Amino acid sequence: MTAPLLIFGYGNPSRGDDALGPLLLERLQALNLPHVEALTDFQLQVEHAFDLQGRERVLFIDASISCTAPYAFSRLHAQKDTSYTSHVMSPMAVLHAFRELYGDPPPAYLLQVRGERFELGEALSAAATANLDLCFDLLQKLCTKSDFQEWEQFVVLR
Amino acid sequence: MTFALETATHPENLKRVVIEPVTRVEGHGKVTLLLDEDNRVHQARFHIVEFRGFEKFVQGRPFWEVPVLVQRLCGICPVSHNLAACKAMDTIIGATVPAAADKLRRLMHMGQILQSHALHFFHLSAPDLLFGFDAAVGKRNIAGIVAAYPDIARQGVALRRYGQEVIRLTSGKRVHGTGVIPGGMNKNLSRDERDCLLQEIDQVIAWSQAAVELIKAIYSERPDFHNGFGFYRSSFMSLVRDDGALDLYHGGLRARDEHGQPIFDHVDYSHYWDYIHEEVKSWSYCKFPFIRARGREQGWYRVGPLARINNCDFIPTHRADAERKIFKEFGGGSATQATLAYHWARMIEMLHAAEVIQELLHDADLQSDDLVSSGERQLRGVGVIEAPRGTLIHHYRINEDEQIVRANLIVATSHNNQAMNEAVRQVALQYLDGQQLTEGLLNHIEVAIRAFDPCLSCATHAVGKMPLEVELVDAAGTLIQRLIKDSDGRHRT
Repeated sequence: MTAPLLIFGYGNPSRGDDALGPLLLERLQALNLPHVEALTDFQLQVEHAFDLQGRERVLFIDASISCTAPYAFSRLHAQKDTSYTSHVMSPMAVLHAFRELYGDPPPAYLLQVRGERFELGEALSAAATANLDLCFDLLQKLCTKSDFQEWEQFVVLR
Repeated sequence: MTFALETATHPENLKRVVIEPVTRVEGHGKVTLLLDEDNRVHQARFHIVEFRGFEKFVQGRPFWEVPVLVQRLCGICPVSHNLAACKAMDTIIGATVPAAADKLRRLMHMGQILQSHALHFFHLSAPDLLFGFDAAVGKRNIAGIVAAYPDIARQGVALRRYGQEVIRLTSGKRVHGTGVIPGGMNKNLSRDERDCLLQEIDQVIAWSQAAVELIKAIYSERPDFHNGFGFYRSSFMSLVRDDGALDLYHGGLRARDEHGQPIFDHVDYSHYWDYIHEEVKSWSYCKFPFIRARGREQGWYRVGPLARINNCDFIPTHRADAERKIFKEFGGGSATQATLAYHWARMIEMLHAAEVIQELLHDADLQSDDLVSSGERQLRGVGVIEAPRGTLIHHYRINEDEQIVRANLIVATSHNNQAMNEAVRQVALQYLDGQQLTEGLLNHIEVAIRAFDPCLSCATHAVGKMPLEVELVDAAGTLIQRLIKDSDGRHRT
């Protein structure tokens, strides 16, 4: 049976604070929440639209170098990407791909966790480690809230 | 084959236009154009940051870890790095890879080619090609093409997904599998897995053939425009099989000049440095490889689908070879040097990959358990494959403790570095020179870069930075105009 809540944390674990998404996923998986499926990948691509099928809600988690610490939490809408390379795809574009395939995507949110350093082979920075703890608190709260309006109250754009 | 416009005579007197796609972290890549007061191009450069720190990253690590580690370089083509590294490690352990393992690797590689080419064409390039590079281009006829191919987006996703499934079943995992190991493979393809893939392969071939028909229709609608966009002549380099056939997994290096004459052929890549040198330029982090026999100024070349289709004598699958002949004969061979012909060549390769997958799935060797070999230990290994974007070279040295002491990668984006610069220059001359800057004009430069689909050290994906920033700065360094394109495609100043 498809879990109603999909949490998709992405990033490269070998690139410093880019590991924030996968690390949050690891902590979440340890909770063994039956209504949550946790998926991870290094980056988003069109086929991830398939993973959104049958969900009541989707949460993407990624490291960010532009949001204010510790995080930003926002509602997402389908939007096609405009890039000169196939090496970048936003969560909005995944929702757009879903719309092309199946129609309206499930309600989706993005949790951006502030990171500082992203070089190959680096460990998580001290600041990112602190942000990770704060985000995990939020993530646990979100996982206990099934009502749409309750998620909206956590929306924070920084 | 010149370096005209690489460096202006008096840059201090020129305005600077910067197209800066700062995708995730600082310094990924940007285009700078220096214009004079009449907006005439005096200098054009495409700057790239590539795999900074990779050599340091793997130093001291045991060699057998490397094929897994390198998959963390790139989230789009981890299989390519995995296979190239493992081919290098095959040499280091003195292995002759068993036939069954070789076929399983080829199957995985064809899955990678299929999914990557589908992603590139259907979701990156097709919008440009179908709807024009700016709002006003041939919309009516293009609409007819769209009407004839209403399901292209759906097919693109399905093709990509099928390729990913081939990778998952051969590598053992959806993300960064461990099926390929030094000396061979650690798993075969079960009959159930084979049957699963066979169920859809006829449809995959049909969609791939339809994709070739689509790009042909697009290209033929305005052949002069598509041939002329960012046009220049260059040498090409790729692997070819012993008999001259297209082979994306293994072969000798072949280079031909801009007139199709051989520069070198069937070169054993384990001594690639006798044929290819790498130059460093102060204004780019990405090295500039060149063919040693032709020197720094004349020795640059292109790699990737266009190079491979031009260089091979034939394609050993019949549908793709028929399309290769059509491509080569199109307009008296006029497409063979065209920047936008990369897209056409890419779709011929996607069809070839689908055909090879079908052939391999009917080969009983894929269920063999004879999958690994080893031999006398060596201290150096070079692995080369034709990755989706072009020739990929992995070169390692180890010490007696089996630790990596030196690594060198030459990726497709590096091989194509000078070629991409040349494409940017040609487009700048064709579409920007003497005109006011517009979003549509600047998009023409992005279209030229998209043909190559450069990898800009992509395997980090922190959200937040704007994907495109354009700045116009006068000779005194004062900012005159800034144009920012957000990741959702909206523009603002």
